[in-house]
Parts: sequence; structure tokens; C-alpha cells
Amino acid sequence: MNITEIMNIGLTHYLIVSALLFSLGLYGIITRKHAVMVLMGLELVLNSANINFIAFAKYGGMNIEGHVAAIFVIILAAAEAAVALAIVLNIYQNFKHVNVDEVNKLKG
Amino acid sequence: MLSKIDYININMNLITIAFYFFAALTIVFAAVVVFSKNIMHSAFSLLFTFFGVAGLYVLLSADFLAITQIMIYIGGILVLILFGVMLTTHITGVDVKSGTMGKIQLGLAGILTGVIAASLILVFKSTKWYLSESQVVNSTVNQIGKELLTNYLLAFEAASMLLLIAIVGAAFIARKNK
Repeated sequence: MNITEIMNIGLTHYLIVSALLFSLGLYGIITRKHAVMVLMGLELVLNSANINFIAFAKYGGMNIEGHVAAIFVIILAAAEAAVALAIVLNIYQNFKHVNVDEVNKLKG
Repeated sequence: MLSKIDYININMNLITIAFYFFAALTIVFAAVVVFSKNIMHSAFSLLFTFFGVAGLYVLLSADFLAITQIMIYIGGILVLILFGVMLTTHITGVDVKSGTMGKIQLGLAGILTGVIAASLILVFKSTKWYLSESQVVNSTVNQIGKELLTNYLLAFEAASMLLLIAIVGAAFIARKNK
């Protein structure tokens, strides 16, 4: 990659940022025990997908369809966060911790 | 006097600087989110990551999405996550630290995600993407509104039903069972 490619921001730059964000989120999902930390990793992954949608909307000719798809991703993320936090609170009431690898009883 | 070409060059350089600033903000604070031992630090670093992503949206001329990102992610989801952190960890005690796994598992996970990141970047750089001519976008709000109420009307209504069901379900799950 020479200097003009580095200076002229194009589609590839955004895709690389989203790839790095996706990998970091995946690492967080895999390694963390705390359920809320797993949720944070999930949000990072969803954000990286959204960056891809918007990047292709601008550079790849998806135009406004990419924006609408990103809006639906944000809607799903909000619903998922609300339900997941409710489940996490319930787990905490039953187990007194939220380590996802030690929650192994369905009916405590 | 600056010629038109010079203006374009300055403009491109500003966009370049802004892109690298927001990209660095996003990636660095995402790394803090993932690698920090203190879960409160992770939650607050998530704020800067979301803000950096909103900046990238602005650079991609998605104004409505940037505002939505700030309002829903920072104003909604991040506050929910902070509540989740504070309700499920003992802030005053030593339990704020969130556990990770052993050294071997950490190494394996690092190698796995490293391989995935490297292959993704390789694919992204080597693919010849279809590029359309960039067109000047004034404001996306009007177009998004029209699309949502014509082509995506069913998905829009389904999303509203989903949000209603999610909020009722969350309130039902989270209440104390007697």
C-alpha cells in the first residue's frame, strides 16, 4: 500500500476498521466470563457490521438501502440488549454471580 | 489565492485526518473494552468506541445514522449496560474485576481471532469491489423516511412489534419472583 492509497480514504479503509472491530469483539465474546462483558463484545461486532453496511452504501452503490439495513440492525441491538440485561439480572438473583461458564442449572 | 485543486487537496487531507482520528478512537477504545480487567473501565470505554463509530458514519455521509447511533447506543444501550454492570457486580468490594480464562485458552482465543482478523483484512484488500460513482448526498432523512414507509413497511411494522414484545418480555423477566 503506497502513500496515495493511505492518504485517499476509500472503501477498503472502512472495511479494515470494521474487520479489526469485529475481531476485537469476537475476542471479548470468547474470553470473558462476565455476561455483561459478553454483551459488550456483541455490541462491538454489531457495530462493525453496521460500518460495513454504511461503507457499501456510500462506495458500493447500495445507497439508501444500506442505511435502512443499518437502522434495522440498531433496532435489533436495542431489543437484544434489553432482553439480555433482564436475563442477566435474573441470573444474578438466582446464582449471585453472572459468570456464564458457571451457570449450568436450568432450575436452581 | 488557492486554486480549486488546492481546495480539493485540503479537503481530502482533512477527511483523511478525521478518518484516522475516528478510526484510532474506535479501535483503541475497543481494545480497552476487551482487554481491561476492570469492567467499569470497559463500560466507559464503550462510550468512546460508539462515539468513534458515529464519527465514521458522519464521514460516510450518513447523518441520520450518526445521530441514531449517539441517541440509541450511547443514550440507550450504554446506559442499560451500565445499569447491568452496577446491579450485578459489587462495586464497593473487590468483585469489580471480571474474570477471564487461563493462559492457554487466552492464547488460543488470541490466535483464533488474530487469524480471523488477518484473513478478513486479506480478503477485503484483495477483492476487486464494485465501486459506483460517488454522488453528492444532501440529507438522508427524507430518503430513509420514504424507504421505511414504502419498500420496507412490513419490516418497519415488524420491528415495532418486536420492540413492544421485547420491552414487555424484559419487564416480565427482570421482575422479582415472589
